[in-house]
Parts: sequence; C-alpha cells; structure tokens
Amino acid sequence: MTTRVLLAEDEPNISTSLTFLLERAGHEVKVETDGDKALETALSGWPAILVLDVMLPSLDGYEILRRLRDDVRTKNLPVIMLTAKGQREDRETAMKCGANLFITKPFSNAEIVDAIKDLATAVSE
Amino acid sequence: MISVNLLLVVCLGYVAILFVVAFIVDQRARHRPIRWLQSPVIYTLSISVYCTSWTFYGAVGSAARNGLEFITIYLGPTLVFVGWWWLLRKLVRIGRAHRITSIADLISSRYGKSSSLAVLVTLIAVVAITPYIALQLQSVTNSYAVIAGDTDGVTTAFWVAAGMALFTILFGTRNLDANERHHGVVAAIALEAIVKLTALIAVGVFVTFFVADGAADIFDGISQEAIRGSGDIFGARWVTLTFLSATAVICLPRQFQVTVVENIEERHLATASWLFPLYLFGMTIFIMPIALVGLEVMPAGSNPDLYVLTLPLAEQRNELALLAFLGGFSSATSMVIVAAIAASTMVSNHVVMPIALRLLARSNAVSGDVRNLLLTSRRISIALILGLGFLYFYISGGSDALAAIGLIAFVGVAQFLPCLLGGIFWRGATKAGAIAGLLIGSALWAYTLFLPSFGGHFILTPEVLTSGPWGISLLRPQSLMGLSDFDPLVHAVVWSVGLNAIIFVVVSSLTKPDILERLQGTLFVGVYRSTGGAMSSISAGAADAEDMFILAQRILGLEPARRLFDEIAASQGITVGLPHATDAVISRLERELAGSVGAASAHAMVSRIAGRQTVGMTELIDIADETQQVIETSRQLAEKSAELERAAEQLREANMRLRALDAQKDEFLSQVSHELRTPMTSIRSFSEILKDSEILKDTSVSNEDRSRFVAIIYDESLRLTRLLDEILDISRLEAGSSALKLEPMNANNAVHSAVETVAGITLKADVKVTSELSPDDLPVRANADRLRQVLINILSNAVKYNGAEVPEILVRTSHDDRTVKIDIIDNGGGVTREEANTVFEKFARGNRSVLSSGAGLGLPISRAIMHAMDGDLTLEFTRDHSSFFRLTLPLLKTT
Repeated sequence: MTTRVLLAEDEPNISTSLTFLLERAGHEVKVETDGDKALETALSGWPAILVLDVMLPSLDGYEILRRLRDDVRTKNLPVIMLTAKGQREDRETAMKCGANLFITKPFSNAEIVDAIKDLATAVSE
Repeated sequence: MISVNLLLVVCLGYVAILFVVAFIVDQRARHRPIRWLQSPVIYTLSISVYCTSWTFYGAVGSAARNGLEFITIYLGPTLVFVGWWWLLRKLVRIGRAHRITSIADLISSRYGKSSSLAVLVTLIAVVAITPYIALQLQSVTNSYAVIAGDTDGVTTAFWVAAGMALFTILFGTRNLDANERHHGVVAAIALEAIVKLTALIAVGVFVTFFVADGAADIFDGISQEAIRGSGDIFGARWVTLTFLSATAVICLPRQFQVTVVENIEERHLATASWLFPLYLFGMTIFIMPIALVGLEVMPAGSNPDLYVLTLPLAEQRNELALLAFLGGFSSATSMVIVAAIAASTMVSNHVVMPIALRLLARSNAVSGDVRNLLLTSRRISIALILGLGFLYFYISGGSDALAAIGLIAFVGVAQFLPCLLGGIFWRGATKAGAIAGLLIGSALWAYTLFLPSFGGHFILTPEVLTSGPWGISLLRPQSLMGLSDFDPLVHAVVWSVGLNAIIFVVVSSLTKPDILERLQGTLFVGVYRSTGGAMSSISAGAADAEDMFILAQRILGLEPARRLFDEIAASQGITVGLPHATDAVISRLERELAGSVGAASAHAMVSRIAGRQTVGMTELIDIADETQQVIETSRQLAEKSAELERAAEQLREANMRLRALDAQKDEFLSQVSHELRTPMTSIRSFSEILKDSEILKDTSVSNEDRSRFVAIIYDESLRLTRLLDEILDISRLEAGSSALKLEPMNANNAVHSAVETVAGITLKADVKVTSELSPDDLPVRANADRLRQVLINILSNAVKYNGAEVPEILVRTSHDDRTVKIDIIDNGGGVTREEANTVFEKFARGNRSVLSSGAGLGLPISRAIMHAMDGDLTLEFTRDHSSFFRLTLPLLKTT
C-alpha cells in the first residue's frame, strides 16, 4: 500500500535516511527543508501523512501544525512531530497543537516506520 | 592691648549668638526637628563639654609644671569611649527605657526608687562639682585680669558667677516644658565645642610655627625629664589619674546629662566612640608645644595656666588673644551651663519636689502649680549652685592651680562608680550597700581631699592638717593610718573609692533587697532582654470562676477564653460548666493574660478579682516599667523592620539576577541537548540501516549507497566531537578557569599568519583577500594561537557566507593611543542591525541560518577568547550600513 509522505526536515542527513527507509517500505516521499514551503505543500493536499520537524527555518513546526488544524482541508491530516528537544513541555505543546504522534530524536528506524504504517492503515480505513 | 569695653562687647555678642542658636533650635524642635541637628556629630560635640577651661588653660599649666602628666586626663575618657562603649551603651539603654533624668535618678531608680538615696547622690554631686564650678570662675576671672589689668579678683568672680547664673537660667529653664531633654542647649554646646577647639588649635599653630620654628625646634634640647615631668609614667599617680578621668567621664553629672539623658539615638554612641577621642586628640595635640614655648619665652614667675592667652598678647597678636579668650570663655560657660542644669534637675526632682508634694497634698492645692514650682526650684537651684561655686572660690582664695581643683571634683563623683556599676551588672547589689558605700566614700573624700583643699581656712585648721585632730597623727587627713608616702591625691582615691567599693559589696552581700529593688535590679541588669519580671503567686482566695471568665473574655476575646476555660475544666474532670477556682487556675490565667497585657498588669488584674481589692504601689510601678519597656521594644522593632526591609529588597534583586542566570543556563542546556541530538539521530538511523539483516542481504541497495551512509556516520561523528570540544571550550572560557597564557606580540604578525592559513580556502572559493596593515608595530599582550583561531574563524565565515559576485575581503589593522583594532570587512553584505544583537548568542537562530552550518558556537567562543585577553569582538557598521567584525586589544605600552 503506497502512501504519500511529506517530510518537513532541514537536516539533509536525517531526511536522507528517512527517505531511504520510507521508500523501501513502499511509500512515496517528498522533502521540504523550509517552513513556508512545507506548509504550502501540506495545504496543497498532496500528502496523506506529514512528518514535521519542530526547528525549521522561516516558520517553526508548531506554527505550521496550528495553521494546518485551522484549515478544513488539513484538519484531519495525520501529523508526526519530530523534535530534538524532547522535554515534557515540548511534547505537551505538540499535543496541544494537534499532533497525532510525537517522536524524539534520535529515534529508532522501526519506531518511525511502524508509526507511519499504522497511520497509513488508519487513513485508508 | 585689648580694651575692656571691646572684650565685654565681644563676650556679650557671643552669648547673644549662643542664645539665638538655642532659641531657634528649641522652637524648631517643637514642630519639625532639624535633621542635621539630630546627627551623631552634634551628639559627640556636646560630649566634649568634658573639655572645660581646665583643659583650655589648665592643661598647659599642668604640662608646664608636671610634663606629660596632663595626658592622663584625656587617656581615661579615650579608653572608656574606645574600649568600654558597651558600658555607656547599657547606661543609654537603661536611661531610655526608664526615662532617666539624671545620675541621681538612675541610682535611686535602680535601688528600689529610694528617695533617700536620690537625696544623698544629689548632695554629693552638688558638693563635688562646687570646686569644679569655682575652677571655671577662676579661669574666667584670671583671663579677664590679664586683659583688663590688675582688678579685684573677688569682684570679677562675683559678677562672672552672677552672669553665668542668669545665663544658665535663661538657657536651661526658659520653657515650661520641664522635660529631660534640652535640644537648644545641646546645639549651643556643640557650637561652643567648635569655638574652643578652633581657638586652641589656632593658638597652638601660632605658637608652634610662628613663635617657634616648628615642633622640631621646640623639642630640640629639651631633656626627657622635662617632658616626662616629675611624675613617673605608669606610676601610682598616672594610674590613679587615668582611672579618675575614666570614672569622671561616666559619673560627672554633666557628662551623664549629655551622654545619657540628651541622647537621641543609641547608635550615635557608635560615632562618639571614635569621634570623641579624636576631638580630645585635637584639643591636646598643641598643649606640650605651648607649655614649652611659654616656659622659654615668657618671663619667670608668669602663670603657666594663662600661657594660651599671654603668649599671643606678648607677641602683639591681639585678635588671636581675643579668640583665645573667647575659647576659654566658651569652655567655661558650656561646662557651667550643663553642670548647673544637671545639678538643678537633681535638686528640684529629688529634694524640692518630694517635699513640695507632701506639703501640697496637705493643703489640697491644685496640681497645675507643680510645673511652675518645678521651674522656680530649678532656677533657684542654679543660682544656689553658682553661689556655692563662688563661695568656694572666695574661701579657697583662688590661688590653686586649675588642674588640682578639677581633680577634687573628679574624686568626689568617682564615689558614684561602685553603686553605678554594681547597679547595672550585679543583681545582688542593694540599697543599703549603696547608701553605706556612698556615705563612707564621700565622708573620706571630704576629709582627705575636699576640706584640705581650703588650705586650713575652712573647718579643718592648719594644725589638724599637719598633726591630725586632737594631735592623733594616725588621723591626719592626708596620711590616714600613717600612709604618708603617697601623693595626697592617690591617698584620697585609695581610701575613699576603695573603702566605698568594699563597704558597698560587703553590705550588699549581707542585706536582702526588697521586692521593688529586686524587680528594678532585674530590669536594669537585664535591660537588653525585652521582657522580665517574675510572677508572684496569688492565692485563689475569694476568687469566683465567673469573674475570672469575664476578665479572660475581656482581655483574650470570647472564643479563646472559652477554649481556655473548657480546657482547664476538662483537666479537672468537669465536662459541662466552669472549672473550680484553684490556685493553679489563677496562675494559669495570670500567665495567659500576661501574654496579652504584660506580666505586671496581669498580676494587678488577677489579684484584684482574687480578693485583694486595692492595687499596690509596687504593681502600679511594675505596670509603668513594663509600658516603658514595650515602648522601647517597639522602637527597636521599628528600626529592625526597616533594616529587614532593606535586606529583603537586596535579596529580591539577587534572586531576580539568579533567576535570570538560571533561565539562561536552562536555555543553554536545552540548546546543547538539541545540537547533540541532531548528529546522533543521523548516526543512529544509518547504523541501524547498515546492521539491518534484511538490508544487508538486499542486493538492490548499491555499494555506493552503503559507503555514502558510512561517510555520513563518519562526518556526523566528527561534528559531534567538534561540538563537544566547543562546548567545553566556551564553558571554560566563560568560567575563566582556563587562564590563557598571554605574552607580548605584534598583532600584525597574527593577522599575517591567519591570512596565510586561510589562503587555501580563499583560493578555492575565489575570494580576493587584501591586507592593509598598520606600518607601526602593534604591541599587544595576547595568546598567539587563540588570536589566530579567532581570526581564522571570522575569515572563514567571511569566505563561506559571501554571496557577492566578486567576493572580496579586506583586513585592516590600526591603533590609537590605547587600543589596537583589527577590522575584517567583506562585501557580502553581512547581517542586519536586528540580527547583529543575536550573532554572539550561543546557538542563536540567526547563527544557524545565516552564519554557520554547525553548532553556532564559533562566534561566542571567539568573543569569549577576546574577553579573556582583555579585548573584545564586536560587529560594527559602516556608513552604508554593511556590517563588519572588529577585534580590539589594549595597546601594550612599551617603556
């Protein structure tokens, strides 16, 4: 089952590894390294799942998430937040903004691949 | 010569000024106290009433006759103020807590408010200060005679005494508020203190530097014996004199008046403890030079007591002589005013008032008359005291040296010392002991010193002085029990003060104090403790539980009273209703009430309902004392709370600073964590990929991909290491724990070497680097490696982030007379002014996106390095708003 995954991540090495993993799992992957661009692509309706880093140039992950939840088109878009901060407050902020899942860097590959698989199944049902 | 008329005009004018000062201060004090008059300096100056004309004229005379011996008179007070200030503090505290009006009041109050003791102390004080007052009369009379020529000394002395009496009455008893403080007088005394100090120093400077050729000239050729005098330093007479002067500064009624009674704030004593000795030093510094020059310059037989006046006159310096006369006049008047006020307060409060009240009570007169009576009696006492002084002067013939007369007074008031010290430090001291000691001491003083001072003209005949009464030589006044080897003064002190103290201690130990004495003793000895007073048990007697409950309710409030009584009842096994009124319940109630209204009031109230209908005198006095203590305590509490408020404010500020620092630290840690997790994420993810058995077997994953993954892991590991190094580096630099080794070097060389190092990357990026180095050597103290590190960091940033089409970098060095500047300017546009604020922050966002790829610690580290070398790294702006970096270092001065 192929799912379109948008990766909003500005660290090239991390997006390289995630792209490799997700494509192997059969998904279609698009990478955005800039906050504004990521928001635009997400709103365009292309992705079925969004993997969103918190620290992005020009617009941070929380703000992107807030705007997506305010828009009818992306109100229910499954979003996995990635962050290298990992403090309790960051998790709470993410959940308050409407993230479906919160994953702290460094993550295990299986964790993120399985999470996307689960969300993809839920979306298709 | 100065004309007598001029002298009189000057003196009257001076007195008028003093009067105006006192008047204004009194008026103002009633409405709005003048701030600077409440200062510790004024307080200290008023204490200098210690320096009378005995000091002003007599000290020089004493130095001329006995060499350095005069010093002892100032050594004693200095020792007391520097070393024994805690004793004075206790006296001041007691004085405030009990509203003490005089030394007689303090002593009588301590020993159970004994009126007989008050009368005794008053009498001794009045007699003892009589010679002292006579001394002032004599000095003014003598100094007047110097200027006015040969006059009748007795007539002059009489008019001086009359004038001073009038003057003191006007000063001290002018207003009807007969309270214990005299703000106006204190201000006038302070002014006089300045006048006498100025006058004496002026004469001293004149004599030392104009009559003689400086101190070296005066002391040249003077033998040690002449300076030391006949007195043996640290011999019996020296020790006695020092002891006497130390005692006098505590016990003299006028010293007690200014130090204890007129004290406005206890902490003023702290200032006086060093400033008063300093004042004494100022007063005595020129005594010896004046005496020595006087002995040499003045004709033989001239009175050394008057050198201060006669030396300027002999040198034709009339205005200086006039100032000297005024200084002596000041010394005398200030002493007479304060001494007479202090003595008249004692006489009117302790002698006249008790008699008057008894008479008035009999005739049922209105109490409003009391105040007028008080003032009248004070006025009469003042006249009486000056009259006695004049009488002493008349009888003794006015011929003795000033110092000798003053010492008689000192020994007289020294009789107060045993019962005063015993009273405030020894609970066991009793009234009987105090009276016995005072009687013996003063009698011996009169017999061995006071009466002999008349030289056989008064009561004791010359025969008695030489061979003893009835020819019994063992009773000779100046060698009692055959102790004839002593100096008369030492002899008198040993007998009077010694026996006084022994009798005081022995009688105190043998007698028992009554209740009031015991209570007052506790309050005085333990004056620093806020509450005191033991509770005497009251028998339950006719007490009724209901009355007790009503009383408790009135004082404690309904609920607490009910709770208390329920509790007591429960302890007696009563479940409903009031407890039985037993003795235990009564004292429990008294204890509870004491917490609210004080022990004494509680005692009085409870004894009233327990059946003793009348409240005794003792209880009333207890209540009054406790009230005073409460007032004193609350004043201290107010001071304390102001102090605490200041401390709290400082703590709040410190706390805010710490919080800000703490927040910064948290932010830094969070940033560090973030920066470390990013490379670790890549490393973990790619190593998981590479060790995954499925991927291992998967042939569709090319070998190129695999080696690319390994390369990423390698790069990210390096990034992680560099990051850790940088974090450690900056925290060490900021903590200052790794001091850089600095050595002198030429800044131009460092720039040159850094530019060469980056030549590789500039060439690769096709960036043109131009150096404009200052032609002068640029000596700085720096660490060559670290300075190069900073330069390379900034240069490589300028290479990496230069977006210009033809990238160029200019490195320029220059200096002014204090600073060396190294500017690194590129044409890439740099950062905006808004970003400029954040580029030096650790892991700042502006750093990440604009200036660096890595952790963003490069610039903060560079700046920290520059700071560690006493220099700086800043972002500057050119006129066309493009930014450049500037390194500054202090220019090393080459000598």
